[in-house]
Formats: sequence, structure tokens, C-alpha cells
Amino acid sequence: MNLRTKRKLTNRAALGLSFAAMSFGLFWLCWILYTVLNLGVNGLSLELFTKMTPPPGSPGGLMNAIAGSLILVGTATLIGTPVGILAGVYLSEYGPRTLLGLVTRFINDILLSAPSIVLGLFIYAAYVTRVGKFSAFAGVLALALIVIPVVVRTTENMLLLIPNSLREAAFALGAPKWIVIMRVTIRSAKAGILTGVLLAVARISGETAPLLFTALSNQFWSVDLNEPMANLPVTIFKFAMSPFTDWQELAWAGVFLITMGVLALNIAARVFFKEPAKS
Amino acid sequence: MLGDIVFFNVTRLFAVMVLIMLAGIIASLFYGAWPSIERFGLAFLVRSEWNPPAERFGALIPIYGTLVTSIIALLIAVPVSFGIALFLTELSPGWLRRPLGIAIELLAGIPSIVYGMWGLLVFAPLMAEYAQPFLTNTLGRLPGIGALFRGPPIGIGLLSAGIILGIMVIPFIASVMRDVFEVTPRMLKESAYGLGATTWEVVWRIVLPYTKVGVIGGIILGLGRALGETMAVTFVIGNNNVLDTLSLYAPGNSITSALANEFAEAGEGMYSAALIELGLILFLITFVILALSKMLLLRLGRHEGART
Repeated sequence: MNLRTKRKLTNRAALGLSFAAMSFGLFWLCWILYTVLNLGVNGLSLELFTKMTPPPGSPGGLMNAIAGSLILVGTATLIGTPVGILAGVYLSEYGPRTLLGLVTRFINDILLSAPSIVLGLFIYAAYVTRVGKFSAFAGVLALALIVIPVVVRTTENMLLLIPNSLREAAFALGAPKWIVIMRVTIRSAKAGILTGVLLAVARISGETAPLLFTALSNQFWSVDLNEPMANLPVTIFKFAMSPFTDWQELAWAGVFLITMGVLALNIAARVFFKEPAKS
Repeated sequence: MLGDIVFFNVTRLFAVMVLIMLAGIIASLFYGAWPSIERFGLAFLVRSEWNPPAERFGALIPIYGTLVTSIIALLIAVPVSFGIALFLTELSPGWLRRPLGIAIELLAGIPSIVYGMWGLLVFAPLMAEYAQPFLTNTLGRLPGIGALFRGPPIGIGLLSAGIILGIMVIPFIASVMRDVFEVTPRMLKESAYGLGATTWEVVWRIVLPYTKVGVIGGIILGLGRALGETMAVTFVIGNNNVLDTLSLYAPGNSITSALANEFAEAGEGMYSAALIELGLILFLITFVILALSKMLLLRLGRHEGART
């Protein structure tokens, strides 16, 4: 075999393996989605949205868990988003090169990938033990801690994309800096910032670990933020690990709802953002 | 101007809050873990006994489980992610690039509890029935590493947890690798092609050396994710605090799954302090690893590698 054929063969083999790797990745995506669709659709019914989580062996739905998840995710987003946006504004507009800016950016990127269960543990140690009981609000705090770094990161990135000439034009009209930021910079980066918020919501709607010892779960209907609250992820965890088939079916239905919700949010975020910064 | 001063200080306050968050996490975990740190000292890291009624705790088994599952995950995810990044940057026709990239990113978006439940109810039974007997009959016969692949095929255990973890971290590593591959200047690649290099040679001899630091950063980022992943592991690892075999089929425990399963029931006292110490160890390890990854990616320069 001469060098030329050998090089060609190596190339073929490598490219073949690369194609195989791509198929390998897509294979799992398809398999998991197929299972979730197949087993989840069976569990879909009106009862799922109108009945409470049942004891094993009797019919029921996930109404309290769905409502609980919406409340937890919604409140956590409401708390985390403003904090994240303001910190992101600082990073991009005031402190791109200051020491505080550099350190914050670095720490924020680490918190972005920090294990979410540790955040739950933190809220347990810092809040639950002080108050003396598990509560939905503790869960909200844990989720908000996940929202903040995501929003900080996207806000900063999106604001940096805004051309300086836009800021300068506003300054030239005599606007003070904070008016420029509020009315010009943030407004032009609106779509991008919204993308970040959507991604953050997608991220926390499936989070289970930080809720395990904060919001706990609740077999019954409760919308009181000071009490443990039912939520989809923890309910799925409990039901899927149980030996009861009717509980497992409900868990699949719950997984179906979460997966579809998260995928929809991810796709929505990409559609939103497609226009302004196609680099 | 008043408005300016107020606005500047408000935004700075929230930026500082991110730092306070970090300090708060470390301080409160340290405080919560103190009884256990004081009682067991460094022996906590190397003792394998986990006995809540007798209040004797050692972290060896969860640490072992976390490390083993993460290593298995990287062994699977690194070559596959490299292949995917290669495909997306060099091979794929232009019109397929974006949809395929999005598909891989969607894999990253699926919540980990979905992987966990799928792993427990769909994947583990198949492992027990087909994959594990097959591995026992092939790799299990080899001397040395054979011991890893012997034992009762029960599906759940370290190996299954590692494989599922591997599938989970593929998208993280693959998207960082793709991003850093794209940083390679066109001129370099075109010159190599001009000299008659094949696609593979361009990737292996030009792109990879140029982006080495970023690629390692991406792998370490994946490692950080794997170490801290909770639900996907908790479902399939088996939650067993005994370690008496080398076999990867054996059920084990990881730091995260020990926390997920035991913490809510632990109550106050030494048991919960020991679990919080586990959490502290995990946080410190992932902190160092993620910081390292971040520094490597920054060194590669302008491109943001670690986007979500």
C-alpha cells in the first residue's frame, strides 16, 4: 500500500467515524424523545389537569403538581430576572474592565455550571433551618439562584452586541448615561435578553435536585408559599421510583409535559433570537 | 447627576450580589458541615463506613462512585463529541449545519430527570438483558480489566449510570468543541488544503493543535457537569453504600445521589452535617474544575466557549 492510498483510507475511516459519532448523538435524542412521546401520550387525558396526585392504586392526575411547578418557576423567574439583568448591565456598561467586573464575570460563569443540588443544599442551610420548615418559597429561592447566572450571561452578551454609535448618538442628544442604558441600549437588546430569560425558564422547569429539600413536595393542593408545594419534577421522581404501575404512568405523562415544555421554550428562544445577531 | 449615581450603584450592588452568592454558598456549607469536619477530620475522605444509626461516616464510597461514573462518562463522551464537532465544522453540508447543531443543543436542553427516568425504566432493563451478558462474555474474559465486567447483570449500577451521564455531557462538550474549532483561521486551513492535505489531516494536524487549549477546556467543562449531575445518576446508580467488588455492574452511590436520597430524611445532627460536608466537597471540586476550564477557554481568546 503506498502512502497515497494509506492517507486516503485514514481520511475515509476518520470521516466515517465522525459520521458515526453524529448518528450516535442523534440516535439517543431520537430514542429518548420516542420513549417520552410513546409512553407519555398514553397518560394524557383531561384528568391529568383536573385531578390531584392520587395514592397508589386509585385514579388521579397531576393538577396540584402542574400548578405548583408553574408557581415555583414563575416566581423564581420574577425574582431572578431583574437581578440578573441589572448585574448584566453593570458588567457590560459600567465595568467591562474593572476588577469587580472581571471577578464577577468569572464567578458568574462558574455558578452557571455549578451543581444545582448544592444550591438546594445552600438554601436549606441558609433558609430552611432558620425558618424551621420546608417551604415553597425556599424552592423559589433555590431556582432563582439558577436563573440569575443564566440571565447575567445572556444580558451581558446581548448588550455588548449593541454598536457603540447608538450609545454615542444618545449621549450627543444630552441624555444621561442611565437614560441611555434604559431607553436605548436595553431596548435594542430586548429580543436577546428575552431569549436569555426563556432559556433560564427552560433550565429551571426541569430542575429536580434543588427542590428536593427546599420545596419538598405535597400530596395535596396548596398554593401557600410558606408550605411545601407539589411540583412536577419531585412528583415524577417519587412516582417513577415507586413500584406502582399507575404511578409510573403518571410519571411518564409528567415527563412528557416537561420535555415538551422545555423543547418548546428552547426552540422559541432560538426563533426569537434568529434575526438580530446572525453572526 | 442623581439618577446616574443611583442607577450605577444599583447595578453594581447586583453585580456584587453574584459574588456574595458564592461566598454565601461556601460559608453556609462550611458552617453546616462543621460538626462532621470537627469529628472526622480528613479521615472522612478515605473511610468507607456509612452508618447513620451509629453516626459514623466516611465519604469514600460516594466519592468513588462520583469519580468512576464521571470517568466512564468522559470515556464515552470525549471521542463522540470530537466526532460530532468534526462533522459539524468540516463535513456537514451548509444547509444541515444549523439544524444538526440545534438538535445536539436540544439534547443538552432535555431535563436530567428525563434521562434518569428513561435510564431506569427503559435503558437499565436492556443493559441487564443484552449488554451486560455480552460484555461479560467478551471483555469479562480478559485478564486485568475483566474484573470490571463480571458480576450479576442487574442493569442499574455504576456502568449504566456512567453511560447515561456520558450521553448527557456529549452536547456540552460537543458544542464547546464546535465553537473552538470555528475559531481556527480560514487561512491556516486553506493553506493546508492547498498543500494537498486530506480533511482528516487538516483537523488532526492544524485545527486540533491550534485549538488544543479550548478543547481541553471543553472536556473539563464536561467533567464539571458530570461530577455535579444529580437526577440522571440517582435513578440508575442503585444507591448502595457498600463497596466490596471491582465490578462496574455493582450498584453504588455518588455524592449527588447520596444527597438526593438521604438528605430530606436526615434531620438535624451529625447525619445531615456529614451529608452537607459531601456537598461542600463536591462544590469545592467542581469549583476548581470549572475555574480551570474557564481559564483555558479564556486563553484561547476572543470566542466565548461556554455559552449555554
